Amino acid sequence: MAWLVLLLVVLMLGAAVLVLLLDNLVAAVAAASVVSLLLSVLFALLAAPDVALTEAAVGAGLSGAVLALGLRRLGLAGIKAEDDHA
Amino acid sequence: MHRIATLLFALGLGVLLLGLAAQLPLGATPMAIGNEILARAPGEIGAANIVTSVVLAYRGIDTLGELAILFAAATAAGLVLGHAGSRSRNGEAGFILRTGSDLLFPLLLTVGFYIVLHGHLTPGGGFQGGVVLAAAFFASFLARPSHRPGHGVISLIEGLAGAAFIGIGLAALAGGGAFLQPLLDRGMLGELVSAGSLPLLYLAVGLKVGAELAGLLAQLAE
Repeated sequence: MAWLVLLLVVLMLGAAVLVLLLDNLVAAVAAASVVSLLLSVLFALLAAPDVALTEAAVGAGLSGAVLALGLRRLGLAGIKAEDDHA
Repeated sequence: MHRIATLLFALGLGVLLLGLAAQLPLGATPMAIGNEILARAPGEIGAANIVTSVVLAYRGIDTLGELAILFAAATAAGLVLGHAGSRSRNGEAGFILRTGSDLLFPLLLTVGFYIVLHGHLTPGGGFQGGVVLAAAFFASFLARPSHRPGHGVISLIEGLAGAAFIGIGLAALAGGGAFLQPLLDRGMLGELVSAGSLPLLYLAVGLKVGAELAGLLAQLAE
């Protein structure tokens, strides 16, 4: 149990860091959805199935779709993230 | 410079949250109301899912506020993102997307209504089931963009469902109780027809959330 939670947390942190590092914005949205999906598994393990369902439906599904469609609407879907390291 | 400011802000927020967390006793419930609700809810409300009895009965007006916030957010997103040039694609999608959506649509519809109608028995409810319903209609819209339901139908379902939620609340008020106080017979704990008006409230929430989000997704995708 503890090992599973540890694995989930490490994977979530990895996906969250990927959101910042990925150049492709659609891929970053997908990585953000992965964070929500793993979080919903964590909620289910913590015996909070109501919250897990909400997180899976809204966090992993809906918000990813809305963000991706928003990117397409703004014409940002195909281009890389701006380099703001300056 | 901008990145340093962001880093400082994140650090400050982290210190603030850590300071708050350090004061909380681990494992002890800070408020007594949780145990009180756990003890009372099954007898008072009659819903097998105690989360639902909190969401719709003890904190019904919070749920109404949640619906209002969701409505405002969906309206704002549609307003800001909805008019960026109408690149309407009227052609049908490819074979795989069409077949997949045809297979998924009845399945998603069943799961969505199951989650909505069993909200007072099992985990889930109007919000979760509504999102699944919206996903069902969005999948069929992606497969056949020309066969979308009109704005009028979506707005009608959404408006009627929202009005039904408030109407049930007002009916309780008219009957001498508090706003959104559970009505009808509580029934047997754990049966499909039980918990009074809670399943009706969740059906209204599910239809409203489903119509709202399906409309928003379709508007963003067209």
